[in-house]
Amino acid sequence: MCKSNTYKTDILIIGGGTAGCFCALTLAENSDLKVIIAEKAGIKRSGCLAAGINAINAYINPGETPESFVKYVKKDSEQVIREDLVYSIAKRLNKVTEKVEQLGLPILKDDKGNYVKRGKRSIKINGENIKPILAGAVENQPNITIINKVNITDYIVRDAKVSGACGFSPETGEFITIYAKKTVCATGGAAGLYKPNNPNQSRHKMWYSPFNAGAGYAMGIRAGAEMTSFEMRFIALRCKDTIAPTGTVAQGVKVPQINNKGEEYVHKYGKPNTHIRLYATVQENKSGNGPCYLKTKGITKDQQKELFKAYLNMAPSNTLKWLENNSGPAFENIEIEGTEPYITGGHAGSGYWVDINRKTTLENLYAIGDVAGGSPKKYVTGCFAEGEIAAESIIRELAGPNLCTGPAAKNQGEFMCSHLQQHFDAKYSPYPAEKIEQKLQETMDKYAGGISEYYEYSKNKLDTAKNELQELFNLTNRLKAEDFHELMLIREVIDRLYVAKVLIEHLLARKETRWRCYQENADFPDKDDKNWLRYVNSKYENGEVKIIFRNLIGKDELYEHSN
Amino acid sequence: MSIQIDKNKCISCGKCRNICPGSLICADLKEKAFIKYPEDCWGCTACIKECPTRAIKFYLEEDIGGNGGHLYTSQEEKGCLVWHLVDRFGKEEVIKINRRESSKY
Repeated sequence: MCKSNTYKTDILIIGGGTAGCFCALTLAENSDLKVIIAEKAGIKRSGCLAAGINAINAYINPGETPESFVKYVKKDSEQVIREDLVYSIAKRLNKVTEKVEQLGLPILKDDKGNYVKRGKRSIKINGENIKPILAGAVENQPNITIINKVNITDYIVRDAKVSGACGFSPETGEFITIYAKKTVCATGGAAGLYKPNNPNQSRHKMWYSPFNAGAGYAMGIRAGAEMTSFEMRFIALRCKDTIAPTGTVAQGVKVPQINNKGEEYVHKYGKPNTHIRLYATVQENKSGNGPCYLKTKGITKDQQKELFKAYLNMAPSNTLKWLENNSGPAFENIEIEGTEPYITGGHAGSGYWVDINRKTTLENLYAIGDVAGGSPKKYVTGCFAEGEIAAESIIRELAGPNLCTGPAAKNQGEFMCSHLQQHFDAKYSPYPAEKIEQKLQETMDKYAGGISEYYEYSKNKLDTAKNELQELFNLTNRLKAEDFHELMLIREVIDRLYVAKVLIEHLLARKETRWRCYQENADFPDKDDKNWLRYVNSKYENGEVKIIFRNLIGKDELYEHSN
Repeated sequence: MSIQIDKNKCISCGKCRNICPGSLICADLKEKAFIKYPEDCWGCTACIKECPTRAIKFYLEEDIGGNGGHLYTSQEEKGCLVWHLVDRFGKEEVIKINRRESSKY
């Protein structure tokens, strides 16, 4: 048995990314509560923003209002959103943006000191250093303890009450248990469920962080938390090969998408919202009009120079590719393609079913950022807002009569850690975790609507995927870990399997096609507003995913968990 | 190879190992850094920005259009991040970015 270490704190935040750091900072600045951030990597460059970001994409520019923001998200996401949650984010977007500017984020301003608009709801920044800026602010707070390089694997939970979490540290070789009065899940969403665009040497050169393996979702699923809208997958439209952002060019330089004949094609497929721009590209390829491009040929040398810089600030591989091939966007159009599907509540709606304070259906557990469902298009500033909302709720609860009487389940964390030990004790296993992950990705690609299937799926195919997944589950128990890095890889593939299992049930449950590409149900290829203006939710109980349908919640409704 | 670490330039400071979001960089018996899981690299270049001796280079694999070039960064002036983009013939393009200045797009 390996060494173990136990911590006690007021608040445990799992994941030191955008949402987690902002939540910790709000707690530290407004209370004396003790906070632990448990981070899988190092918070200075962990998570989705490791390389930087290109813009603030959720901001209320002059002429827009929180109400118009909700309307936009509702329309772009085909009406099935939690308006109450999106509204609560919208009202805070500008305040959190100012806060992060004070912390040191450079935002472009005009002569009068106003932020320069990039689009209706976006502003221009230098986001290369955003993670070190956030990490620096968090590190300065004496009440925040950061534990880097710790892999949290499960909540400590009994009778639907969470009293912390446990995991292990590859750095120290210890099993770790952290007891807390309140636990905040801020791990980020799930990449690596589907076969990626470039499955060989560059398999991890993907849109979302490949190190976001869906642990936050999987822990919640296993603990019986209610989840929502997993069937609303997210698929990004990106530059081919480097999988770098396209918005910088499309919105920044304002160039159109064209097909191989030079035609602007998006409008042929309906109003050009986020998923229609992707769907149009996929359909053009399918019908022989591909490849598709962003029409950059002919932009000025100055514009090209600024694009070189903009990409270095968020996706440096794209600038390298241009320069090492003695080329650039002024000389050749940028080929675009859709990525593999991801599960993330920051862009789409998948995640924990939460109330207005971001409390999950498990007592003392909050979910914020990409793991919190129902509020698509929250992006970075929306994650900040959710961190702040959860922190304020926690402060209110812990300031009142304190109902938490220490750990609800003493020694339970230590007991759960002993489960991890089985992978060290296992005898030789013929399949490393990596191969199981590959098989999962191939199965999902082919039978659950991946790139090779133009994102379409049917019930027959999903049933095949279900069977394959069960076999992979059976193999994971016997996986052998030689060291803690391998244990991490094993846990990651197990988490991905749980997320995939729930995803398949959600895809089966929505008998219509609500979002082009994201949820392309070949058995029911049309949108059906009469029957499907509702949420598909689920709970994992006794090894089965139970589907729950819930009615839409409006902007001004106050939703509380009732069970 | 996604990144390559020059052992002669590595001073065993451990910064790249700590910063890598995938914990992919390890130390050899002489405490020199090496990338143990190159295919798992995301390409975020965090290690390159962190390295005090410019020992780490970033490459694109040939499956996504790399053809022998590489990049690294330096911080010659305060507040500036300097990118060195080198093609396969050794021709170097230097792009200096003031970290306090916003992107134009």
